Amino acid sequence: MSDQGKTPEDAKAEAHSGSEFGRTTRRRFLSRLGMASLLASAGPVLGERSRDEAAAIPETKEAMAALEGAIPVTLRVNGKKYDLQIDPRTTLLDCLREHLHLTGSKKGCDHGQCGACTVHVNGRRMNSCLCLAAMYQGDEITTIEGVGQPGNLHPIQEAFVAHDAYQCGYCTCGQIMSAVALLTEPVGPEDADVKELMSGNICRCGAYQNIVAAIQSVRQSARPEKAG
Amino acid sequence: MKTFELTRADDPGQAIAVAAKANTAQQGADIRFIAGGTNLVDYMKLNVETPRKLVDVNHLPFDKIENLPDGGLKIGAVVRNSDLAYHPIVRKNYAVLSEALLSGASAQLRNMATTAGNLLQRTRCMYFRDTAMPCNKREPGSGCAAITGVNRSLAILGTSEHCIASNPSDMNVAMAALEATIHIGGPKGERSVAIGDFHLLPGNTPNRETVLEPGDLITHVTLPPSSPGNRSLYLKLRDRASFEFALASAAVVVTMDGGKITRARVALGGVGTKPWRSPEAEGELTGQSATQAVFQKAAEAALRDAKPQSQNGFKVELAKRCLMHALKLVTQTA
Repeated sequence: MSDQGKTPEDAKAEAHSGSEFGRTTRRRFLSRLGMASLLASAGPVLGERSRDEAAAIPETKEAMAALEGAIPVTLRVNGKKYDLQIDPRTTLLDCLREHLHLTGSKKGCDHGQCGACTVHVNGRRMNSCLCLAAMYQGDEITTIEGVGQPGNLHPIQEAFVAHDAYQCGYCTCGQIMSAVALLTEPVGPEDADVKELMSGNICRCGAYQNIVAAIQSVRQSARPEKAG
Repeated sequence: MKTFELTRADDPGQAIAVAAKANTAQQGADIRFIAGGTNLVDYMKLNVETPRKLVDVNHLPFDKIENLPDGGLKIGAVVRNSDLAYHPIVRKNYAVLSEALLSGASAQLRNMATTAGNLLQRTRCMYFRDTAMPCNKREPGSGCAAITGVNRSLAILGTSEHCIASNPSDMNVAMAALEATIHIGGPKGERSVAIGDFHLLPGNTPNRETVLEPGDLITHVTLPPSSPGNRSLYLKLRDRASFEFALASAAVVVTMDGGKITRARVALGGVGTKPWRSPEAEGELTGQSATQAVFQKAAEAALRDAKPQSQNGFKVELAKRCLMHALKLVTQTA
């Protein structure tokens, strides 16, 4: 049998590598896939260049070129300080996702129309896709990662679970960030008031009814609110 | 997005000196002030705006709402739309402004957008937003694709053969009815402009949207005192219940004496190339009883010069009914 001759250590190593594979995130998998397709499509382009030109664009040099015009920016996100070098065009959303790898904030429309990118700046909800990251130095930025974690959820997060306030989940982080901020805003008591103040968060699956129910359940219960 | 240099202004003089070197006035200029960024960053992503330099004015001392000795209100240029809308004095004395602000955009955008930024908000005309299309506002002389194209949401008042883009702001409509004054610092010193004179009609230079000159920086807006007994209201009609631009809107400010309207200020939104104050409607209302017949006359007067396009003829009737309903509601409670 093929397993014969395997030491217990081998089996352990296999199991370990298996679990490593299991831990590969969707994001990591997709970015590897993206890299592979980029290399595949770059092939013919490189083939047309002279050998000298091709040799002149090693990976490190490209990385250097990408940094050209980058400016130093210090951001405070979820209580943690980050010193970064970023292109001034970088939006807060792209900075969070691509530089800090806080991928909870989502890119939907990228034009302030869908709310998937909602974060808190000094406790107020904003569309991070329309913020230039370099303009938010010195501000306290909170993302979904800073609102609650498994085992220590924010009441709004718990309510979203309890009320099934999502389907595909893509808009959910933005919905939750909006809802957490809404708790501290002047909002009337009715469902219609909540709907009005949540209109900047679009849900493609149409989970609106349950989203409103989740938010109202938290507002109506006397539970103390966590700072968002 | 085209790359740019980002600088931060720590005092107004510095901001003005930097922007005075711009090739043109604020909108479309190569040097742009940036505050909330809700309109500008959107247009930079579309390459409609391609500034080479941005001056961050968020840290200038223009973030306060203050009472004026004459009983009026001073609103700093970078006061956020949400802070202005929820301010107790605004809610009490200038309800039309609070309602207009809260009917605009979303809660997130209102937390970012500023008073001055809202005054300078650019049109949502889809041809202006699309750099592949001709647009006299974006690219003077290239033509207007909207006149023969999709123009359902565009203007019917103040248009020209070169541009029919509607002013998208709700706040501006309320400001027009409240007769706000815009205070500007510039390379030649300070000046103030009545809101009615601030926005320009498109004429044959639709690329020029306001009287601002290169380097001009809006510092604050003042509102005249609200006389006791004033009632005001903003009514907005749109395709969706929320988070949508107006097809037609009306800002009305009235003073009543018994059943009689002694003073009226009327402005329309969604239908004009600029926030559309209507002295014609005001003339029909002043000294008259608050009746449907009077409201009808005012509405007819306000829309008398309307020039509908191929798809927005409905706006003439919609704007009339919007104004009539707003007048009915505001005089009922007066």
